[in-house]
Amino acid sequence: MKYEAVIGLEVHVQLNTQSKMFTRVGTGFGQPPNTLTNPVVLGLPGALPVMNLEAIEKSIKVGLLLGCKIAPVCKWDRKNYFYPDMPKNYQISQFDQPICEGGEVEIEMPGESPAVMGSHRKVQLTRIHLEEDVGKLSHYDSDSLVDYNRAGCPLLEIVSEPDLFSPDEVFAYLTSLRNSLVSAGISDCDMEKGQLRCDANISVRPVGTDTLGTKVEIKNLNTISGVRNGVEYEIKRQTKAMLEGESIIQETRRWNPEQKYTTPMRTKEMAHDYRYFPDPDLMPVKIEQDWVDRIQKELPEKPFDKQRRYQSEMGLPYSSTSALCGDRPLCEYFEQAATLTQVPAKVANWVVNDLLRELSHTREGDNPTSEKITLDNCKVSPQSLAELVSLIENGTISNNVAKELFPEMFSTGKSAKELVKEKGLEMNSDGDEIEGLCAQAIANDPDAAGKFRGGKEGAINALKGAVMKATRGQANPKVVDDTLRRLLTS
Amino acid sequence: MDSPNITSATATELIESLQSGSVTSVEITQAYIDRIKAVDEKVHAFLHLDEEDMLSQAKKSDQRRERGELLGQMDGVPVGLKDVISVEGQPLTAASKILENYISPYDATVTRKLKEAGAVLGGRLNLDEFAMGSSTENSAYGPTRNPWDLDCVPGGSSGGSSAAVAAREVPLSLGSDTGGSIRQPAALCGVVGMKPTYGMVSRYGLAAFASSLDQIGPFAQTVEDAALLLETISGHDPLDSTSYPSDVPSYSAEINLPLEPCKLGLPREFFGEGMDDEVRKCIEQAINFYQAQGFEIVDISLPTTDLSVPVYYVIATAEASSNLARYDGIRYTSRSERAENAIDVYAKSRGEGFGEEVKRRCILGAYALSSGYYDAYYLRAQKTRTLIRNDFDQAFTKVDAILTPTSPTPAFRFGEKSEDPISMYLSDIYTISTNLAGLPGISVPCGFTQSGLPIGMQLIGQALKESNLLSIAHVYDREHGYGRKAPNL
Repeated sequence: MKYEAVIGLEVHVQLNTQSKMFTRVGTGFGQPPNTLTNPVVLGLPGALPVMNLEAIEKSIKVGLLLGCKIAPVCKWDRKNYFYPDMPKNYQISQFDQPICEGGEVEIEMPGESPAVMGSHRKVQLTRIHLEEDVGKLSHYDSDSLVDYNRAGCPLLEIVSEPDLFSPDEVFAYLTSLRNSLVSAGISDCDMEKGQLRCDANISVRPVGTDTLGTKVEIKNLNTISGVRNGVEYEIKRQTKAMLEGESIIQETRRWNPEQKYTTPMRTKEMAHDYRYFPDPDLMPVKIEQDWVDRIQKELPEKPFDKQRRYQSEMGLPYSSTSALCGDRPLCEYFEQAATLTQVPAKVANWVVNDLLRELSHTREGDNPTSEKITLDNCKVSPQSLAELVSLIENGTISNNVAKELFPEMFSTGKSAKELVKEKGLEMNSDGDEIEGLCAQAIANDPDAAGKFRGGKEGAINALKGAVMKATRGQANPKVVDDTLRRLLTS
Repeated sequence: MDSPNITSATATELIESLQSGSVTSVEITQAYIDRIKAVDEKVHAFLHLDEEDMLSQAKKSDQRRERGELLGQMDGVPVGLKDVISVEGQPLTAASKILENYISPYDATVTRKLKEAGAVLGGRLNLDEFAMGSSTENSAYGPTRNPWDLDCVPGGSSGGSSAAVAAREVPLSLGSDTGGSIRQPAALCGVVGMKPTYGMVSRYGLAAFASSLDQIGPFAQTVEDAALLLETISGHDPLDSTSYPSDVPSYSAEINLPLEPCKLGLPREFFGEGMDDEVRKCIEQAINFYQAQGFEIVDISLPTTDLSVPVYYVIATAEASSNLARYDGIRYTSRSERAENAIDVYAKSRGEGFGEEVKRRCILGAYALSSGYYDAYYLRAQKTRTLIRNDFDQAFTKVDAILTPTSPTPAFRFGEKSEDPISMYLSDIYTISTNLAGLPGISVPCGFTQSGLPIGMQLIGQALKESNLLSIAHVYDREHGYGRKAPNL
């Protein structure tokens, strides 16, 4: 018998709000422990929560982005359990009236090659609710330490239906979700900083059946590859158990990323009774349609919609669009530059190849003292890139010269025109001069000339190379090609 | 002014004397400190007293007065605080062992308002642990005694706050009222005590017992003083989401405006069995007084009255079980020395740190919220709470205020009810429904028993109409002034 997996994901995303969910304390990563705290964060006697408007607004934004139904009223519930990372020993969350219900995440499966678009599908969501994050525990030999900097940060829990069927789909789902949220400015979704965390509910069933098997929840999937590997392992474990006639126990298991296996944490019988009840310290929030409409108007284009537009309206190849569309600032950069030229596909090529390469060099940290360069402080403006592309298009410089100029533009901030003038790099299209050089190249390399005449097309490249070398790369390649062919065939 | 005159004076009189220059805040504060030293050994209203700090606040007030830079009308007047209200740098024990070593790093909003008004914050006042009780016998640091009879309880949970005013150890104090915890001890100690409309006074900085019921309020010798203290601490607070966004009238000025006699309702369910005869007699005299003043007395019905105690003990304990979860031995609360692992830290620290009544209520509340029981208990209690509120809404279409006894009996003796939680719970039978409906209620002294124990009457008003309620109470208090009578200590 063959088995298939059914997977549902619970993704926790930290919203990048200015302040915490219930008090005016800043949020941030990497601050000294327990500095982003106050009486409310620490749950001191008498401290009370006050709702953060920005957190609600960003939650609505996520809901609209993912096509959810936005609740007209949402309320706050206490989820009660004892754990040292939780200052109050209850978490303020949403139980029966989540801020968003339904919705979907469009995913794309890998195509045949990176240049080919894969198949698309919409994964259904159950709900999205807003809650506060907990602190962070670190365990030592005889002690455990707790840092409440993260405690009270707004956290969205995005719950999918059991609508994913393979580790690849899980990977595609997380990638798409992350692209949407990052590009909408909701969260940085950096898994290493814990800004995006994931639990997976996995079950297996015989292929062809449509009832769900016993589900197992996997926790501690803290990296995207961890999610893929953890899900893959768990599917294998359950399939093997089923094939061997064992039954699956409903339980929560923990993924161990070093040893690469899951181990039991607790069974259904040990599950918490969270004693949910409405938080009497907080009033329900009424979400007026006006508010939703205003947020809807400000909603950015979804990454996959953008990708489709770039392909159909701007004629970009799929490979360029897939490199661009997960990164909204990069798309904005590209669009600014592209509108200044007639050749958006060429501009896209420069952005995804040369610009991204230069940016990634500064990030690789060869020189730790050098400033990390991002699009915000990049010295090549979209206008400057457009100018460079225009110089190639109007024949002022060759593509090769442009490729050499770009790193210098990136490091010095000089424009392409300035550099061309400074270095005297304008392309040489002088027919007489080029003809002389071509004739000389043929005379100097009769072997290559003979081969070309004998039908070996590639032999012309040696002759071109000689002419380019003689002009330090400035000869117009098209003129050189035409001239050589004319001389060789006449 | 000499010391006995200072400590017997009302806050309003002290303010007049401060204004006329016949006394300084340092003299007032010193007189009260001396009084506390003389009588608190017997009464035990105070859990903590920082004399130096009080005198330094008083000195600063006097300096402000000399410079003509007074902060507010209460500048220089001492106010005692129930030990559940946070003051930066001061202990806050909630009369529990579990908070034995906790010093609050921040001010409650009422504390900030009192500081901004120039009041001298003096002393931490005793209570039933975490405000759970009606006799102050549940304090981990020993009970407070009733200044009128040291063998009797002062009521609770704000027994320290009521006894301190009755014993003339402070002119004013603050308590908190979840089911009668201000009004019942006020009645039993012969002082004025008021619970404002839920949301009138910020709860920020008040260690929570039951969030949807808790409200801070004043104790004083007179209604006029209570009005003064209430207007100082009321008002919208952006740090408390349940705080009303409304302006605060000057209650102390408004109560002295002429009041048209209005309609007072007597809920017949409150005047049945279980009421002490001497209490009944005093209440009837008060009714007669109002009638003589031209008030119309109307028979009304609050049919859900008998449901209020059970509803209260589901909602209050449910909220408490969650509110008190933070006292766990992990951070600022005392950790059991016998704890050997994480579960131990919770179980043993809480087991050793909490008293019996607190444990009883946490267990009750956790049970009421448990899966499978939630609908039968918590949800049903919330629905019944709505019915109770509707009863009051109905009543207030006919009357302007409701008059009842505050407590079915005068002060009872130590141990009389502490072994029987249900009979203790029933001592709040007249006050609890007010909290469930979120309404303002005030207890005004209205006489004494033959053995000399004070009796209080309760007036319940409409939501946010504190001014009207205080005015009606003032009409009586101005004439009788039972709260001005001091016990012999």
